[in-house]
Amino acid sequence: MTSAAPGAPPAASADPLRPGPPGLPAGRPLAGLRRLASRVATLCWVELRKIRHDRTELYTRAIQPALWLLIFGETFTRIHAIAAPNGIPYLDFLAPGILAQSTLFIAIFYGIQIIWERDAGVLAKLMVTPTPRAALITGKAFAAGVRSIVQAAVIVVLSAVLGVTLTLNPLKLLGVALIVVLGSAFFSCLSMSIAGVALSRDRLMGIGQAITMPLFFSSNALYPERLMPGWLQAISKVNPLSYEVSALRWLLIGIPTNLALDTGVLAGATVAGITVSSLLLPRLAR
Amino acid sequence: MTARADRPAGSPAPPGLAAPAIRCAGLRYSFGTHLAVDRVDLLIAAGETFGLLGPNGAGKTTTIRMLTTLLKPDQGTVAVFGVDAVAQPMLVRRLIGYVPQLLSADASLTGRENVELFARLFDVPRRVRGQRVDEALSAMGLTEAGQRLVKTYSGGMIRRLELAQALVNAPRLLVLDEPTVGLDPIARAGVWEFIAGLRQSSHTTVLMTTHYMEEADLYCDRVALMHHGTIRATGTSAELKAGLGEGATLDDVFRHYTGGALDDDSEQGGIRDVRRARRTARRLG
Repeated sequence: MTSAAPGAPPAASADPLRPGPPGLPAGRPLAGLRRLASRVATLCWVELRKIRHDRTELYTRAIQPALWLLIFGETFTRIHAIAAPNGIPYLDFLAPGILAQSTLFIAIFYGIQIIWERDAGVLAKLMVTPTPRAALITGKAFAAGVRSIVQAAVIVVLSAVLGVTLTLNPLKLLGVALIVVLGSAFFSCLSMSIAGVALSRDRLMGIGQAITMPLFFSSNALYPERLMPGWLQAISKVNPLSYEVSALRWLLIGIPTNLALDTGVLAGATVAGITVSSLLLPRLAR
Repeated sequence: MTARADRPAGSPAPPGLAAPAIRCAGLRYSFGTHLAVDRVDLLIAAGETFGLLGPNGAGKTTTIRMLTTLLKPDQGTVAVFGVDAVAQPMLVRRLIGYVPQLLSADASLTGRENVELFARLFDVPRRVRGQRVDEALSAMGLTEAGQRLVKTYSGGMIRRLELAQALVNAPRLLVLDEPTVGLDPIARAGVWEFIAGLRQSSHTTVLMTTHYMEEADLYCDRVALMHHGTIRATGTSAELKAGLGEGATLDDVFRHYTGGALDDDSEQGGIRDVRRARRTARRLG
């Protein structure tokens, strides 16, 4: 699904009555990147328009994290059951974990959209535009990221209201947005890959339900890794959510981590996710 | 229509107006053991309005999916305005506007946003984008409705919106899969009026599938009859009718070549249709 060969005839502009395609002739390496950037921007734009038209999901999705912070967080802070590092309050420790969790929940069901688009014939139409599969998947992955950023903003505000001491450094907040986008991009690709295998909304819902909680509990979102039993630590080490949480904890409340490693793992996982979902996309289009 | 059949199949045709809109030779595709399309040859001249007719399950949609780069043929070649669809799919897609069988627009966006989405995906430059979107909406009579969410649209409006989406790229080839299925008579008439307008202007080639014989008779320059994955007859509707004797209708021609079946399911299993029906059912319920 690469672009056309160099020296391709400018077929569309041969007809003077029809404005031909603008300056994106296939074949130049930069053209591919520009097209990718353009597709990502387009699909993120669509996502923003959708959020604008219907904000109910934004509110309903805020309920669960609010409960986690309010009930679970407040209670566990009080009983001192989980010792957070550096003696910080447990609620502060929990907030970045819940932020990661709520964006995970958005992303893990993102594949439903692509199945809906397939069933409605929209996917076929998208695939008859000059958009390579990988660009379509990347665009959708980043669109999931856009939705997650909006959700993340809600949770950051909610945490601040509950008294969590969060960073106000704009650069660090920008970093939070970047990590949230990477995390959501990866988990939405996971979801789209499952969609490409399951090929039905019901099955995807089932698989999504089945894996979200294990992903959440086997990460360091609720408790520090050092408190886990050995086998769980091993799982946590290969769970991308743990790296997302670690990065968010450093950025938001200053708990030290290897940020380069966290970002690298998330970026690598995202690239792998995009590759796998792109390869599975033709199964959906068939 | 002079470009038709003036070049032997398989010879390299220069892209542009001289090349036929569609030339495919020996197309073949199977789903598992079910041979959906077999040895299909088609030559459609630039500017023609061409109808691909046949009962459900005849292989029309599969053929269209190969022409639009959605499926890679198992065998055979497809060229759109001389550009090979397998070797250069991106280039072919720039030439095509495609409206699939199902009514398909994003209900959670406005009509205008739906059209703008396709303008962006076809790289319509930013400085003319707004204008082109407005023109496409206005051509389909959706200027006012364009501000509303597609959720509120009727079936006929969604189909017009889809045509606007396909037109925003000013395609040289418009591919319509069953464009009037499921529409009420007024909406159907609207779609045909639009196709008739395109045919008159002759800048845009139209390939459509349909099983409404009377409409194909009225609006298509030429038709091909497809049955069990193969093309049984090609020609103008007059030619096909004359071949059957005096007073024959296109309906008679259809029955002659397909044995009267409006549905292939009984004989071929119709896997594709069953699957599609199931999908539609799932989407609705």
